[in-house]
Order: sequence, then structure tokens, then C-alpha cells
Amino acid sequence: MEWKLSDDRPIWLQLSQQLARRILVGAYPPGSRLPSVRELAAEAGVNPNTMQRALAQLEQEGLAKADRTAGRLVTQDTSILDSARRAEAGVIVNQYFDAMAELGFSRREAVELLREEPQ
Amino acid sequence: MSDKLIACQGLSKAYGRKPALSGVDLEVGRGRIVGLLGPNGSGKTTLIKLLCGLIQPTAGTLAVDGLPIGPETKALISYLPDRMYFASWMRATDLFDLFRDFYRDFDYDKALAMCRSLGVEPRDRIKTMSKGTKEKVQLVLVMARKAQLYLLDEPIAGVDPAARDFILRTILTNYNEEGSVLISTHLIADIEKVLDEAVFLKEGKLVLHETVDNIREREGRSVDALFREIFRAQPMGDLEGGAF
Repeated sequence: MEWKLSDDRPIWLQLSQQLARRILVGAYPPGSRLPSVRELAAEAGVNPNTMQRALAQLEQEGLAKADRTAGRLVTQDTSILDSARRAEAGVIVNQYFDAMAELGFSRREAVELLREEPQ
Repeated sequence: MSDKLIACQGLSKAYGRKPALSGVDLEVGRGRIVGLLGPNGSGKTTLIKLLCGLIQPTAGTLAVDGLPIGPETKALISYLPDRMYFASWMRATDLFDLFRDFYRDFDYDKALAMCRSLGVEPRDRIKTMSKGTKEKVQLVLVMARKAQLYLLDEPIAGVDPAARDFILRTILTNYNEEGSVLISTHLIADIEKVLDEAVFLKEGKLVLHETVDNIREREGRSVDALFREIFRAQPMGDLEGGAF
């Protein structure tokens, strides 16, 4: 997965969202050890302090926790993972409705189109 | 060991009658990567040379790690000048020998390892190297020291964008975490994401010193975009009103 950083928002926030996404899609599986701050910072080409802040945010959200020895582990708590997954899905759904509204579709029409579309 | 690596108050420098730096107050802590940003002639190189003790201030005070500028602070500082100063007959390994003699914190093996990862042949003579390769050798010399304060004057100006990324990564993975890095540049978009803090110099005055996160949060745009606004060249009066 590539790191994508846009100009309009703080970098740490974008990093923590992309780390969360990696956890939710299983790139970092539940219970696995996350790479170190330094490794992640070098990979994304960002300042280690910024990456540190992004990881602290993940801990705050419960998606990762500090290990007793060193580093961080991805949570194994399925309820946290599920609710994070639902929240992420909500964001995608809203993006869909926003884009459809721009094209002039009402919410109901947008839902209808979704029903027709698969196959 | 002071927790303020750089502390200056009212720092001013004039070359003859021409002011280069006027009343700069600046403090930089440890473990920070700081961008020294400003257009050409804004005083970036002057500030770095003052920190190195290459020139003397006209007024104001200056301390590095709580010490006045002198031999002690020079041992703490690893400086990348804005131009090459080595004899062209030398090989990179000759320079490494020189630096090992001069600086107790120079790590010879690390220098060789960095050459390998940057694709530089350390047995080549300087005069046979391209401009970009010479810059890489200079960077290796500077980053292979375990210094407290790295002063990098335009480290990415002369290399192509791919090499720029590589050089930034080299800086990120090699600086001493308890030390700080001050990088001067006008290529802000390229280095913005590696910075903790941005210092804006304009006509020798410090106009902004803030964390990159705060700038983005408050402004809703990048440091680069803010920079372009602050330093936008004013059009000349007689060209206004549809002269084009």
C-alpha cells in the first residue's frame, strides 16, 4: 500500500487514518506487531515525531496497544475492529451519496441505483 | 547538555552597511527537524554561518547547547555548506580519513554503508563525479557523524527529484535522535513532510516559527502554499492596470 499525503490536513492525521485502514484490510493482522516508528517513518518518508503521533492516535482509538517489551501490537478485540470497520464504511457510503448528489441524484435514487447496479 | 540546542536573542548581522539578519529571536529544542525557509537573500545562510562560527554577529547573543560559539560547539555541529570545498583530486575515502581525524563522532563504517545505499563508489575521485554524486558524498560526510546539531544548507538544491527523496530518507534514517536538524531550503514542497517545525525568514527577519501540524491545522493548507502567499513577489506599480 502506498502512502498518500494531501496538502490540506495535518500529516499525522492522514497517517493515522491510513494505518487504521491497513489494520482493517488485514495488511497488519490482529495480534501482529506493527513496524517500529522509525521503519514506518522511513517508509512513508515522514518525520519520526509525526509518525509517533499517528501511532499514539491509533492507541487512543484502541486499534493498537503498546507492548510490554517494545513496539505496538494490533488489537485482537473484534468489537473494536468491527466498530472501526463500520465507521470506515460509513465514510465510504457518505462519499458515495455526496458524489451522487453532485450529479443530481436524490438519496433515494442513489440507493435505487445501487440495487440495480450489481450483476 | 542543554534542552535548547539553539538559543539566540536579537541576533543581527550586517555586511558593511547592508543588513543580512535583524533582531532574530529563535529557540530550537532537541529531537526536532526544522526547516529554515525563505527566498534567496532572506538570511538563511547567514544564520547557519553564525551558528557555525564562520562569521561573527554584529549584535545579539547566540548559544548552541547552552555554550557560546567556539571549539566546543563546533564539535557538536555537523555542517553541510552550500558549496563544495574539497580538493578535486581526493577520493571519497580520503575525505573519510580526514573526517575521522578531525571529528571524534565520525563513523567510518557508517559512511561506507551510506555510500553503498546511495550508489556512490567511495574509491572514485571527486573530479570524476557528477554534481549530484558530489552532493551525496558531502551528505555522507555530514550524516555519518553522531552530532547534536546538523546544519544543512540547501542539501537538495542540486539533485533531481528522485535523488531528493533518497537524500531526505538518508537524513531521516541517519540523524541522531537526541539531536536536531536544521535544513535551509526554498524547495518547501519537497521537504515539508519531514519537518517538525518551520522557520520563515523574510529580508533578515524572523516572520514565523511554528510546527508544521499547527500551520496545516489552522490554515487548512500546506506550508508551501502559505510560503507562496507570504513571499509572493509584488508586481511592479507601472505594470498594473492591464499593461499585459
